Amino acid sequence: MLTFTIRRLILSVPTLLFISLVIFLLLKLAPGDPMASQPLTIPPEVRERMREALGVGAPWYVAFPKWLYQFFVVEPLYFADLVFGTSWSEGQQRVISWQTRSPVMDIVVQRLPQTLWVVGTAYVVAILIALPIGIYSAYRQYSWFDNAGTFITMVGFSVPPFFSGVLVIVIFSVWLGWFPSIYDTTHTVTDWESFKVQLRQMVMPVMVLALQITSQLSRFMRASMLDNLNQDYVRTARAKGLSEKVVVLVHVLRNSLIPVVTVIAIGIPAIFGGAIITEQVFKVNGIGQLLITAIQGNDLPMVQTLTFIFAILIVLFNLIADILYGVLDPRIRYD
Amino acid sequence: MRLVTALLGATAFCAVSTAALAEGHEGERGRDGEVKIIYWQAPSILNPYLSGGTKDIEAASLVIEPLARYDENGNLTAWLVDEVPTVANGGVSEDLTQITWKITPGLVWSDGSALTSADAKFTYEYCTHPEGGCAQGTKYEGVTSVETPDELTVVVTFDKPTPNPYGPFVGNEAPIIQAAQFADCLGASAPECTDANFGPIGTGPFTVTDFKPNDVITYAANENFRENGKPAFASVTFKGGGDATAAGRAVMETGEFDYAWNLQLAPDVIAKMKEAGKGSPVAGFGPLVERIMLNTTNPDPALGPDERAVVKPHPFLGDPAVYKAMSMAIDRPLLVEIGYGDAGKVTCNWVPAPEVYASTNLSCDTQDIAGANKMLDDAGIVDTDGDGIREKDGVPLSILYQTSTNAVRQDFQALIKQWWSEIGIETELRNIDASVFFGGDPGSPDTFQKFYADVQMYANTFSGTDPQVYLGNGLCDKAPSPASQWQGENISRFCMDEYDALHAQLANTADIAERAKIAHQLNDMIVENGGMIPLVHRGRLSAHANSLGGVKLNVWDSELWNIADWYRVGN
Repeated sequence: MLTFTIRRLILSVPTLLFISLVIFLLLKLAPGDPMASQPLTIPPEVRERMREALGVGAPWYVAFPKWLYQFFVVEPLYFADLVFGTSWSEGQQRVISWQTRSPVMDIVVQRLPQTLWVVGTAYVVAILIALPIGIYSAYRQYSWFDNAGTFITMVGFSVPPFFSGVLVIVIFSVWLGWFPSIYDTTHTVTDWESFKVQLRQMVMPVMVLALQITSQLSRFMRASMLDNLNQDYVRTARAKGLSEKVVVLVHVLRNSLIPVVTVIAIGIPAIFGGAIITEQVFKVNGIGQLLITAIQGNDLPMVQTLTFIFAILIVLFNLIADILYGVLDPRIRYD
Repeated sequence: MRLVTALLGATAFCAVSTAALAEGHEGERGRDGEVKIIYWQAPSILNPYLSGGTKDIEAASLVIEPLARYDENGNLTAWLVDEVPTVANGGVSEDLTQITWKITPGLVWSDGSALTSADAKFTYEYCTHPEGGCAQGTKYEGVTSVETPDELTVVVTFDKPTPNPYGPFVGNEAPIIQAAQFADCLGASAPECTDANFGPIGTGPFTVTDFKPNDVITYAANENFRENGKPAFASVTFKGGGDATAAGRAVMETGEFDYAWNLQLAPDVIAKMKEAGKGSPVAGFGPLVERIMLNTTNPDPALGPDERAVVKPHPFLGDPAVYKAMSMAIDRPLLVEIGYGDAGKVTCNWVPAPEVYASTNLSCDTQDIAGANKMLDDAGIVDTDGDGIREKDGVPLSILYQTSTNAVRQDFQALIKQWWSEIGIETELRNIDASVFFGGDPGSPDTFQKFYADVQMYANTFSGTDPQVYLGNGLCDKAPSPASQWQGENISRFCMDEYDALHAQLANTADIAERAKIAHQLNDMIVENGGMIPLVHRGRLSAHANSLGGVKLNVWDSELWNIADWYRVGN
């Protein structure tokens, strides 16, 4: 297993380098101009000077290695400086956003907590809801519970968050006035009261996100349970006189969880990636919202850095999922 | 009796004192707590010299201020000076090449140090540094030197007579920054000064306490602000991002915020939000005009890259009968009603505001399809082959109509296409993503500068109240072409010698009445001679909570220009 992991890790280096080049070239080829968001009253000569000051026009063979150097050398050095109090990165240019003229990673670090709070909570909530629903739906296949569950998950699957998000805002903020429609990113949790405020503002985005994730996971869980419930070993277990509880929750559930755990692991990068639309709807200023504003502003260094971080996470969690698979299922061995 | 009198007197006194309080809103600085503002575009930087975006400039205007600015009626008002220099008071030299500002004595920055003329001089140097990429370069155009004879006097010299010397240090786009704070941020190192760019030290009513780029800014009242008892609010939360609908909802429906900026929403949506009763929309009109630009060059795709949209003339759009008929066929009041409601007015002018510069000679507020048809018939432009489309000299009146992607613009396109079809003009519609359309990439065929279409629709405006530079967009040599890498503001490639001559005359005239007269002529000339078809004079519509007082919507400067005077109503 260890050699497998090491081999995969080494292989992921060229993969990631290739991904970063593809992202870079795609962004370079895409139409758009960071000056487009500036008002028309600013004349072209001034725009040209602003572009030059940002280094917008640089050819790809200059800009790409520069970005690689900044991302892989300067940024780690800077964080090392922060941790150890050294000054290795002094005088070196970090990855600078075109929109804010400030280091990209500082903004990412600022945004990450919001995303982890909201999207992370939604993920946990969704898992907690989805697993029991999936198990019970499979156990009582075609019962009214299963049918209702199928209906709700289909709705949750098909209704996009820009609809369901606005719908819950209209119902719970405008009509009922229970929850705020705009997430307050300056709020800090210090005591029980402020924690309740935090919970209140998280309810709606978490609800909308959890509905989607629950739908996916519970379908998976149900299908996987159904596969196992008809196996011979289940009949054997029942024939041995084991209770239904033990048969379902120990024998079947364990085996059914294997593919579900993989799906959950592969979904984790999405937590960091944020939920672009949901964050935008509820003004949760997380990573997803950062990405969309950077795309709108043609802020290439920001888009490049964010998408690349996502790429790293996806490659990493795919590897973790593969390893978990091997750990959970003794039949699968990589070496 | 005495008791009654005394009671009456006491009551009267109470009434008077509450009235005085309600009227003047006097009191301690910071007495009204927090005010919450939402802009659906999030500020990314608080330095107007590095970003020309309205969101950035207005967020910075709470902190840094210019020497003089425009009030809600477009009048220039002294801000950090005692009076606005004019020729009459001797502040502007007779030959119009020099302006002398006298900073009000005793003003201090929020850190307690004195505001001096050196700060103004530094601001000029900061923005004009060749490597700085200053977004407000035009504000300092033509300035040859900024001198500081003493601590409070700033003398700005121009290279030629400048009838409107109120560019440098005037308006929210050209505020004074602190020399001490930005000293190491000149030129190429400007973007590296993150701390200064995110938290400038200013003379304004608030100071930045926390700046989260593209998200939220918190401000606290400036303890060293020059006016006692102001600002009334102790802190400001300035939230950015989302969309206009959500911002309007947060102010008018849920009451979570006190002020929402620039609600570009359908009129019925605004009306519905207003019914919730928590806030009210306010509209103000600057010079922003939604117009259809007419291409005076030939955009035929068969032409080579050096000729397409460069060589003149257009096969039929240069004919007065054609462009006048196209204008007559448009029902402008309907467009206003559908697209902008209270935030729009019918206009036939390129320069609709300020009032003194708005021409009153043109009229276009009634649709006249029959008249338009007759005009085309009389000009001999008729349908010769029976396909329902008129031909001029054998060329069918078939046009490509492009604009940026935007719900209102696509509605306008559909309506106008229908009206033009009623006068025998065939229209093909196209919409292009705004970041490409306005992006100005010389390599892209889809920019509005390249104008690879017959007509295109967008809105444009000018900053400040003087239209001279804006009217310069009609000069022959401002036309975009391959030679200028497709840069240039004369999008319709309009060209008339009389126009150029008249504009030169405007640049040498100082008298306001005379300037206004010339501006009217220039405006009429470009509209009458087929440069553009103005459609809607667009206003700015913002909303404030009913509990927020003192808001004066200003379209000539920052909307937050008088935030020092804002207060909480009632309690």
